[in-house]
Amino acid sequence: MSHISISDLGEIQQRSERAQALRHGQPGVGSQRMHLLICGGTGCQAAGSLAVMNALRAEIAKQGLEEEIAVVETGCNGFCALGPVMVTYPEGIFYVNLEESDVAELVESHCKNGEPVERLLYKDPSTKKRIPHMRDIPFFALQRLIALKNRSMLDAESIDEYIGRGGYQGMAKALKEMSPEDIVAEVKKSGLRGRGGAGFPTGLKWEFCQKAVGDTKYVLCNADEGDPGAFMDRSILEADPHSVVEGMVIAAKAIGSHHGYVYCRAEYPLAVHRLQLAIDQAKQYGLLGENILDTGFDFDLRIYQGAGAFVCGEETALMRSIEGKRGMPRPRPPFPAQAGLWNKPTILNNVETWANIAQIITNGGDWYASIGTEGSKGTKVFALTGHVNNIGLVEVPMGTPLRTIIYEIGEGIPKKHRKFKAVQLGGPSGGCIPEEHLDTLCDYEDIAKAGAIMGSGGMIVMDDSTCMVDMARFFMEFVQDESCGKCTPCREGTRRMLQILEKITEGKGVPEDIDTLEELAEMIQQGSLCGLGQTGPNPVLSTLRYFRDEYMAHVVDKKCPARSCVALLEFKVDVDKCKQCGLCFKNCPVDAISWKKKEPASIDLDKCIKCKTCLDNCKYDAIY
Amino acid sequence: MSLAHDLTPVSMPEDVTPEMLAGIDEICAANRGKPGALIPVLQKCQELVGYLPVPVQEHIADKLGVPGQEVFGVTTFYSFFSMKPRGRHTIRVCMGTACYVRGGKEVLERLERHLNIPVDTTTEDRRFTLEQVRCLGACGVAPVVVADQDTHRKVMADKIVDLVESYE
Ligand SMILES: Cc1cc2nc3c(=O)[nH]c(=O)nc-3n(C[C@H](O)[C@H](O)[C@H](O)COP(=O)(O)O)c2cc1C
Ligand code: SF4
Ligand code: SF4
Ligand code: SF4
Ligand code: FES
Ligand code: FES
Repeated sequence: MSHISISDLGEIQQRSERAQALRHGQPGVGSQRMHLLICGGTGCQAAGSLAVMNALRAEIAKQGLEEEIAVVETGCNGFCALGPVMVTYPEGIFYVNLEESDVAELVESHCKNGEPVERLLYKDPSTKKRIPHMRDIPFFALQRLIALKNRSMLDAESIDEYIGRGGYQGMAKALKEMSPEDIVAEVKKSGLRGRGGAGFPTGLKWEFCQKAVGDTKYVLCNADEGDPGAFMDRSILEADPHSVVEGMVIAAKAIGSHHGYVYCRAEYPLAVHRLQLAIDQAKQYGLLGENILDTGFDFDLRIYQGAGAFVCGEETALMRSIEGKRGMPRPRPPFPAQAGLWNKPTILNNVETWANIAQIITNGGDWYASIGTEGSKGTKVFALTGHVNNIGLVEVPMGTPLRTIIYEIGEGIPKKHRKFKAVQLGGPSGGCIPEEHLDTLCDYEDIAKAGAIMGSGGMIVMDDSTCMVDMARFFMEFVQDESCGKCTPCREGTRRMLQILEKITEGKGVPEDIDTLEELAEMIQQGSLCGLGQTGPNPVLSTLRYFRDEYMAHVVDKKCPARSCVALLEFKVDVDKCKQCGLCFKNCPVDAISWKKKEPASIDLDKCIKCKTCLDNCKYDAIY
Repeated sequence: MSLAHDLTPVSMPEDVTPEMLAGIDEICAANRGKPGALIPVLQKCQELVGYLPVPVQEHIADKLGVPGQEVFGVTTFYSFFSMKPRGRHTIRVCMGTACYVRGGKEVLERLERHLNIPVDTTTEDRRFTLEQVRCLGACGVAPVVVADQDTHRKVMADKIVDLVESYE
């Protein structure tokens, strides 16, 4: 089909009504009896999901069930740690950790006899009970999906499936029925704030650019996703690339732009591939390119692959990079809304921000603003990782308490002998929130009050085996590595801070170092041009705020309370604590441990390479 | 960036074949004069040659008609570009926060010890190039190691040696 009209859009949507009804739990018949949606996101592919999918297709063909059962490859479902994962419809049963060898049984038992395969169902880490239905699993039950609306619900490589779920209706409405001013007004009404980090009101940004004078304007998507530990942007691009395309066309109409770029990092090959496919398909249908939906509006969209520099996520640097130069930030004003890419008025938004737009236009700004808190509307996607049972992507209404995310959706800390210590939010610009502030609500202001930032939504849970000084050192190393070097305080100051933190973790710190860290932090924050330097010291300041004791233990007692800093560990066995289980002995890679049944272990320090394997293995904290 | 001045003129390395140079010429010809083309051109050329030694960069500058300085400025700025020859296999260990917290650091240390090279270098027999990266966006299956194009999930320190040894 080429160049479709709005009524074609409706027709395509109707055609897939049956399939969509099936995926909402309505019993199916005939060629739509059953759909098996298997995850083909990066995480699940790494776990072998493509092999499982191929085996599944082969087995279904062998059993002559092709006419009744469809196998669909989706993007990331969000529960990556348990991959490969699969959801079956109409039942909504959730399978985890699939292997090729499970396929024959799955088809026989589930597809032919209607009996789910018990051993492949999700097992609740606390109750140890199997939970068959996706909707009953706490990880999913408490989420509210907007940006991730289509995740694991559609074939990410099919534009028809996207249209089937109401896709491109928001764009059609914006192009046909709304003036640029209407669009901006609707986005402003929604209260949407940019999801890339700073939380700037999206509608306001568009308004500035709409009012800027210029024949040529640009719409950009920031898919650089530089924050380590965050993967929502990748996931959206892999699972639902059309949602980003659709959002960008709507903005193009709002500001009067005809050219756009998605700046995507080269480390995301699958995301680039699926986005390119989406762009090609949209072009074929006339949903991108010239005379979109016969409305006379033109917009073309291209992908620009980044070359690996964190600072290129900063908006002015990103624009420089598209121009083919070193991605160095420049001072503002002029703001990009006035003079951005090639000095033309430009708006840049984050992937997750874009994924919200079409739904705001379709359902109205009031609908969106009815979710969330006073100052932070809608939902936010978090990448919940670290020392937590349920690792994955979580979308919740703004205002959800941190504790709910970590303990109900995430189901708490995995190791029984470990305790929650802190949650790190906002990546290298963010901070750590300790236990006593876990009731903080996820909203831009409350998180900031607790000493962290929302950032792009990385949420890294850390138990008491994590050393906070080492985490501060880790982030400072990141900032130091990624500083573009333009401003002296950022370049030299972060180097000094890193050196001091290294000294402390090596047991060579002195108490005065802590004052020096604070002085340097202030100097860097005040003397830096871009957000990287301005916020780089935050992880150090926030750990100093809540975990000063731990710093003192390093500099005064020369001890690492978390037993993480290798230079401060002795690698001896506490014979009173040792339960003589032998686990350390079995796992030492260099045979540095001697142990016999009913005898405590002992460590030969000459052989020991300080790899910490024994520490991690000992459940009784007997090694120090 | 005084890099170009620091380096005395060097001839084209032997592993850069005439076919490669012809390929580079083609890429450059197709992009000459296009605004913003430099980075994509360099990405394609690196894919072709495997790395971007200084003489290749000079060649590209010449063919694109841009100052050498501009090309060096870009290749030294972005971590994607490498000026040193690479191993047959590239092992990239993720050192993003999620991977670090879940044992990525131990994985990297074990590898450095096993291959007997520091990170960001290549073994003498050119079998492996060892690199660290900042988050591959697969944090849900941390710690992550990418060997060539294969993403390996939940790679713990005691598994890594067997894993790399499976790459000839
Ligand atoms: C050093 C630095 C790195 C950044 N990296 C990213 C990034 O990877 N992705 C992103 O969306 N925004 C990033 N930002 C924020 C962007 O500059 C910009 O504010 C954002 O993309 C605007 O989109 P939004 O309004 O939709 O959030 C970064 C900012 C700084 C200072
Ligand atoms: S603050 Fe740091 S990263 Fe930002 S422009 Fe200055 S030197 Fe570059
Ligand atoms: S730290 Fe590693 S090498 Fe040393 S005793 Fe423990 S397991 Fe063995
Ligand atoms: S693992 Fe711990 S308890 Fe078990 S033998 Fe080793 S030191 Fe003792
Ligand atoms: S990649 Fe499969 S659930 Fe995320
Ligand atoms: S932190 Fe390693 S993949 Fe994200």
